[in-house]
Amino acid sequence: MQFRTLISRCVPLPIENIDTDQIIPARFLKATTREGFGENLFRDWRYLTETTPNSDFVLNQDTYTGQVLVAGKNFGCGSSREHAAWALADYGFRVVISSFFADIFKSNALNNFILPIQVSETILQQLFQAIQADPTLTIEVDLPNQELRVADLQLQVAFEINLYKKECLLNGYDDIDYLLARQGEIEAYEATRMTF
Amino acid sequence: MYNKKMEGQLPKTLFDKIWDAHVVQRKAGFPDLLYIDRHFIHEVTSPQAFDGLRKRGISVARPAQTTATADHNVPTQNQHLPIVDQLSRFQVDTLQKNCDEFGLELYALGHQKQGIVHVIGPELGLTQPGMTIVCGDSHTSTHGAFGTIAFGIGTSQVEQVLATQCLLQYKPKTMKIEINGKLSKGVVSKDIILYIISKISASGGTGYFVEYAGSAIRSLSMEARMTICNMSIEMGARGGMIAPDQVTFDYLQGREHAPKGEAWERALAYWKSLRSDADATYDKVITFEASDIEPMITYGTNPGMGIRISDQIPEVAVDSNLADMQKSLAYMGLQPQQSLLGQKIDYVFIGSCTNSRIEDLRQVADFVRGRKKADDVNVWIVPGSKQVEAQARAEGLDKVFAAAGFDLRQPGCSACLAMNEDKVPAGKYCVSTSNRNFEGRQGPGSRTFLASPLTAAAAAVTGRITDVRTLID
Repeated sequence: MQFRTLISRCVPLPIENIDTDQIIPARFLKATTREGFGENLFRDWRYLTETTPNSDFVLNQDTYTGQVLVAGKNFGCGSSREHAAWALADYGFRVVISSFFADIFKSNALNNFILPIQVSETILQQLFQAIQADPTLTIEVDLPNQELRVADLQLQVAFEINLYKKECLLNGYDDIDYLLARQGEIEAYEATRMTF
Repeated sequence: MYNKKMEGQLPKTLFDKIWDAHVVQRKAGFPDLLYIDRHFIHEVTSPQAFDGLRKRGISVARPAQTTATADHNVPTQNQHLPIVDQLSRFQVDTLQKNCDEFGLELYALGHQKQGIVHVIGPELGLTQPGMTIVCGDSHTSTHGAFGTIAFGIGTSQVEQVLATQCLLQYKPKTMKIEINGKLSKGVVSKDIILYIISKISASGGTGYFVEYAGSAIRSLSMEARMTICNMSIEMGARGGMIAPDQVTFDYLQGREHAPKGEAWERALAYWKSLRSDADATYDKVITFEASDIEPMITYGTNPGMGIRISDQIPEVAVDSNLADMQKSLAYMGLQPQQSLLGQKIDYVFIGSCTNSRIEDLRQVADFVRGRKKADDVNVWIVPGSKQVEAQARAEGLDKVFAAAGFDLRQPGCSACLAMNEDKVPAGKYCVSTSNRNFEGRQGPGSRTFLASPLTAAAAAVTGRITDVRTLID
């Protein structure tokens, strides 16, 4: 898998401190594979009962669609469950924009080729307003140039990503390939390691 | 003196010392290649990692450094019978199969030392000062109480550690949180950490690794320290640690996997060097007075939404906004400016990796001895491990709980995350000694008040949120 650029509409979720229990509740963590979690993404907000969808929830509204989730600050806090990233990816999200991400979620997202883009609170609120005013608003994510562009708003925002992870996303590398190639260094370290 | 600087060497924090000692490779522009001493796994976040190994056709690099247990999914009643829930049973069986195939030690359901991963690690002496420790569970920060760098990871990283015993990690910033002075009557370590989080919010620690210090922290037992480090993640911190001291060494000596004989002496000499240099600098320092802390209780849907039990619910929580506060209070069925004292409750859960150790159970037993639970309250006590359960029975605590009408169950994560049958029904209120009050955390629609074991015991007895200080001498 790779990530370079994306042009997409957005799904707004202007709620702060969205924890990974909301993204994927614990009772759905019983699978032993990585697939199928999208079905239960935001399950308890999406459904009123086992089978009745909550029409007030954004994922159940035809007005909004797209591969970009725009969410309130401190997105992905709480449990380290990578199932949260799997659920977002399985549902079809490739980018999450927020003004602040929880550390473990950010790392899990990147390991699943989902790009977390951190913007200022001002830009985030501007995006929420613009999407509400025009749900067809399209944004352009340009990873090589680390830039988020919204033509309708004449907005160009640079975003941060560390160089290593950027290379991973652009080239489809994952950490384990990199680590497995460092066996020699690891063994050399172990020879000097203090053990009791 | 271990504090004495070598000429030309900068003073270092405890965190920096341990981190730097585990860097296999540091390259500009890259995350550090960090060596992991100890890896814990459980049934929920490991199966996909083992699948990854199989797909690549590789084995576990250092099987002796990974320890497994079944905890998240397991029932807390009738553990001798097959697990009824098919998916749970399959996940627990899969862990067994994976541990057999890859040669890993497993404390399976039924093993006399099985239990919650963050309870058994320290209990078995697997957790030792100076180590780097990871697990696919955010409460891995618990192990920081021993002066370790311990943090939660995702399943992709579980696979990386199984495959190479290493991770790629950017070094977080450091924060020191000092608590000075003496704790008041009825105030325990859970109250300290709930107080800290209520002051700095559920995201106030993000990007940081915390060191807890100060005289109030020094005065705590190992188990009380674990409760504090356990909840570091609830303020967003990668982890939290406490420098080891005599309390730590006394706890460890003689434990199954602790060093013995000459190795113990060597270990001890090293462990005694593990503290921040006097003039080390942190990216952030916060100081609190122990005397400002009361028994704490949360009112909202993240752990930052907490108050001292005599305070009223604020209009807006620290670093929150009005809309989220309203959403949260609507979920909880509460109002701003309301006191929680006297609030009727339905369930009490005493357990989880935060508060399920023998000292927690003793504290609860001491309080309820000669008292009874309120008629309309269900009280579950779920010990953190088989060893804790056995110790409780040996001390006769089971009889105290039975007389009080408390339901003493078998070890597991239980109602902390409600992956098994232990669920709080929709709309019901639970005073819980666990670590998260998120929406639906204890079952769809459940409403959680986080508190200490003492405050939970008081609520069990009165059926209402109660200031425990009014019920103790």
